[in-house]
Amino acid sequence: MLETLLALLSYPFLLRALVVGLLVSLTASLLGVSLVLKRYAMIGDGLAHVGFGALAIATVLHAAPLAVALPVVVLAAFLLLRVSERSQIKGDAAIALISTGALAVGVTAVSVSPGVNIDITNYLFGSILATSQSDLMLSIVLAVVVLVLFVLCYHKIMAVTFDETFARATGVNAGFYNALLALLTAVTIVLGMRMMGALLISSLLIFPALTSMRLARSFRGVTLCAASVAVLCFAVGASCSYLGDLPTGSTVVLVNIAAFLLFWTIRTLWRRTS
Amino acid sequence: MGPNGSGKSTLVRGLLRLMPPSAGQLSFASDLKPCQVGYLPQQAAISRGFPASVREVALSGRLGRRGLKPFYSRADRAAAEECLALFRAADLARRNFGELSGGQQQRVLLARALCAAEKLLILDEPAAGLDWALQGELEQIIARVNRERDVTVVMVSHDVQSALANAGLILHLDTEQRFFGTPEAYRASGVGDGFLGCFHEGSLPAAPRGAAPRDTPAPRGAAPHDTPAARDTHPPHDTPAPRGGGHHA
Repeated sequence: MLETLLALLSYPFLLRALVVGLLVSLTASLLGVSLVLKRYAMIGDGLAHVGFGALAIATVLHAAPLAVALPVVVLAAFLLLRVSERSQIKGDAAIALISTGALAVGVTAVSVSPGVNIDITNYLFGSILATSQSDLMLSIVLAVVVLVLFVLCYHKIMAVTFDETFARATGVNAGFYNALLALLTAVTIVLGMRMMGALLISSLLIFPALTSMRLARSFRGVTLCAASVAVLCFAVGASCSYLGDLPTGSTVVLVNIAAFLLFWTIRTLWRRTS
Repeated sequence: MGPNGSGKSTLVRGLLRLMPPSAGQLSFASDLKPCQVGYLPQQAAISRGFPASVREVALSGRLGRRGLKPFYSRADRAAAEECLALFRAADLARRNFGELSGGQQQRVLLARALCAAEKLLILDEPAAGLDWALQGELEQIIARVNRERDVTVVMVSHDVQSALANAGLILHLDTEQRFFGTPEAYRASGVGDGFLGCFHEGSLPAAPRGAAPRDTPAPRGAAPHDTPAARDTHPPHDTPAPRGGGHHA
């Protein structure tokens, strides 16, 4: 086991992927708690689709992928936030509209461009080889910024998530913290989507939050538990994908499903005995 | 005071600057900041499964006055414990908020409102869901907060007797302002006679105390925005509070 782990770390591209993956899992799980509780879970999925479209366009134009995708997804995040604040039902439809639209644009752009020879499944389902040296530095910096901002705004994010009306009434700028949440989510999705895949990245937001809500009863408990679950699941998932020669994104999601089922079982047994 | 749908909650939302007036204007004293206001909503939109401990909920009342400082101080934590203890919710501190009963949740939300109230405490039907013992105590607790902490209290209530006994001023709404003045003048005016039956000396109110049904939120735009009451919600020092009470709306 130790030998395989050491072997895993001896490849620079695997090490890079592991570092970025762990950071993205951590930030995604922290943001995911609020997103799930605010019923914004679908925003993450919508943003990933927009990210896919932006990446595809960037590839066609031979531009730096992160430099194109980041501003586009951030813009989309503010747009989706405003749409879903206005009306709950129309917001859902609007998210579906934007995600499928962006997906269509991306697929078309890639297929009609001559000379672009990329495997589209890598973008949709992720690839461990996607992280370059320059991506690594940018990812680390951005992930640390997201983490620091989250920790500094933790109590405000909690209050705005719990009862936005009360927070507003007592002088907390709820609009600002909603926008911050959307911004941090956008950055996290862009960082993680090429490894996890556009269709799978939102699982990093949603699974750890739902898993930890099976057992933890306080907001702090859920947040800490989600962070631990996310990091552990990514580490286990990445190792399994290396050992079994499986795609990274889907393996990590499968490990997350296993963790969810484990927590759910524990809770059911716990309820029955007490 | 006022019947269901008469615009009481709408007035409260206006006072909290959650809703812009559809006409007229609300003016506030320059030294009253939103972060000095405590608020108890009539129906908090909190989902049952929300993972938050009672302590976290009470502490969130202190958030407004933290300003840009990211973390709670020891004083904030002590204040939150004190407010919880005041509403007999100290033993619930570690419990999950969503798993509490309606009355227990109301106590925690009262504690949260008190945590936030530095100058103004706005309570929208605080007695709803509380047990009999605490309903009686609620009056005393609110009166003490008003007296000792110099906090103005604005309260939506269906409890006519309690309002007459404790309020400094009474506002009666029925989509427009029907009465605004002292309890004595309210009793004499007869405005309240049709509301909850007759409440003159010696008679009982038609409904048992606090058993008045929670009414639906008032229709938008029905607020009497430029009533004297709205203008009068100013710093605690110059609100007349003859018997230690606040406004009962």
